Amino acid sequence: MTATMTKPSAPARERRGAARGKRRRGPSAYAVLVALAALAGIMLIPFLVVVFNALKTPQEYTSKGPLAPPSGFNFDAIRDFWDRVDFGHVLLNSVLISGSVAVLAVLLSVFNAYALGIGRIKGRIWVLALLLLANTLPQEALVYPLYYLAKQFGIYDTRLSVIIVFTVVQSAFGTYLLSSVMSAFPRPLLEAARIDGANRWQVLWRVVVPVVRPTLSVLLVFFFVWTWNEFLIPMVFLISNENQTVSVALGVLQGQRLMDATMSSAAALLGLLPTVVFFLVFQRTLSRGLTAGAIK
Amino acid sequence: MTTHHQARKGRGPAAAPRPDGRGRAREQLAYLPYLIPGLLLFAGVIGVPFLMNVGTSFTDWSGVGSPSWAGLDNYRELVKDGEFWASFRHNVLVIIGMAIVPTAIGLVLAAALTDLIDRHFGPRTAAVLRACLYLPQVLPVVIAGVVWSWLLAPDKGAVNTLLKDVGLGSLAHDWLGDPSTALWSVLGVMVWMQIGFPLVVFMSGLQRVDPSLYEAAEIDGATWARRFWHITIPQIRPEIFVVLLWTTIAALKAFPQIFVLTKGGPGGATNVPSYYSYVNFFEKSDVGYGSAIATVLTLVIIALTVVFLRLQGRDLGEER
Repeated sequence: MTATMTKPSAPARERRGAARGKRRRGPSAYAVLVALAALAGIMLIPFLVVVFNALKTPQEYTSKGPLAPPSGFNFDAIRDFWDRVDFGHVLLNSVLISGSVAVLAVLLSVFNAYALGIGRIKGRIWVLALLLLANTLPQEALVYPLYYLAKQFGIYDTRLSVIIVFTVVQSAFGTYLLSSVMSAFPRPLLEAARIDGANRWQVLWRVVVPVVRPTLSVLLVFFFVWTWNEFLIPMVFLISNENQTVSVALGVLQGQRLMDATMSSAAALLGLLPTVVFFLVFQRTLSRGLTAGAIK
Repeated sequence: MTTHHQARKGRGPAAAPRPDGRGRAREQLAYLPYLIPGLLLFAGVIGVPFLMNVGTSFTDWSGVGSPSWAGLDNYRELVKDGEFWASFRHNVLVIIGMAIVPTAIGLVLAAALTDLIDRHFGPRTAAVLRACLYLPQVLPVVIAGVVWSWLLAPDKGAVNTLLKDVGLGSLAHDWLGDPSTALWSVLGVMVWMQIGFPLVVFMSGLQRVDPSLYEAAEIDGATWARRFWHITIPQIRPEIFVVLLWTTIAALKAFPQIFVLTKGGPGGATNVPSYYSYVNFFEKSDVGYGSAIATVLTLVIIALTVVFLRLQGRDLGEER
């Protein structure tokens, strides 16, 4: 309900804003625009420098320094790095792990939040605080026991082990956000569905999930990006080359100081491109979903 | 079954909006199955390992062989360990760099983007600016670390080159290698990385604020600062709580930033508890001691979470 209500109002606001904007653009508004654009530019400088240097030859880098734009497109460094870490394979691992975690953790969050937010189970505050621990616990405290348990169950150095661990870790935030959204869920909607003869399972999938879907897609994006960026547990768990993720491959190479500046940049560029693409594709969902979820 | 019960109850003269008493208990019980997968997975992945960690913290163990019972030795050592306390002091600064400063900047930026840019220059401009400011968040921490350690490199690093080019060559130095600037450099990078998260959350929160509130205030001659203080902040207070808690926790757990930028150095100048426990776990093979550090850190985080959730509950309770 909240989701459908926000949609029609957005274009209306847009039009109003645009119409008024033409009338009242003071000099101060321009000053703020310029300041923000400058800040945005500063935020992007590291990205720009990375792109520059990824496209240089080592000789060019030494002679012209790191800030000069490249004289041409040179893909040697990128190709070198790609081959050295078998990037295609590493990329596939990251996509597989992050994608599975995103989907499974959203599913788990939905179930948890349904019981806590809609079901209002007794002691839900304590259950929530407990489940939050999955994300608030420092991973250093978990990594040794998990390493031990994974070895016991024979899933050490498998992608499955990392998927299981992060499904639980990420679902903490999802459970927190979704159960607060669901506890504000319009009760009459639920009761009407029940009177129509729907059982709890059907209410969840036909009434609750459609309404909170925008929030679910935000969680999907967050979980994907967060898992993609995870470092410690994948580094400890995925020791063999064929299981490595992008973050681990980059961090390990960097830690060994084996790369020169152009290759570092090429590595950075290759590592950030997938998440940037992912973010740009989902940018609209991101703002829309959080809004719909946040409305009380 | 419960549906009938509820429907019948709803028709009664003393119709309660929700079933209470025994009915409510039964109603709640019916939702329990939805919690079971979550609780089971939690027990296996978080609960058991955490208890194992607490157990290990009472032992002397190198990670292989059998641990020997040490009682409270590790904790006694911890209290006297200057390095440990220094790492906690650094962590206070990390909280400022990762939680407080980004939240404050994020608030101002979100308000400026929503209140000024969106209304005067259109939502498209605001969206583009938001995307630029959010981008560092999407960047994997490890890669951000690679980029920055390279930008801040002592010779031929972009920052030093830039300083020389504008005639401030005397300021150029080994940012991450000099103990007096290492922590501040790390904090600067953290602010850069972190701003996007509060910004996006606050901007989405601000979208549910009725624009006529701002218009009315503007017509009444309220300055931007007054509108910010009296409309923006109160309206998105729930978001402020959530963001502060989440970023503070992230700051207490800050590990990858330190790992890729400085490895806790130089000379422990950027050591934080989570990194310190990592060192004990994996480099010094003093697993018992590492567990003790992790346990203390966990207790700090739990205490903080509980205090925060209470404050948040009280604050939002007042509004209702």
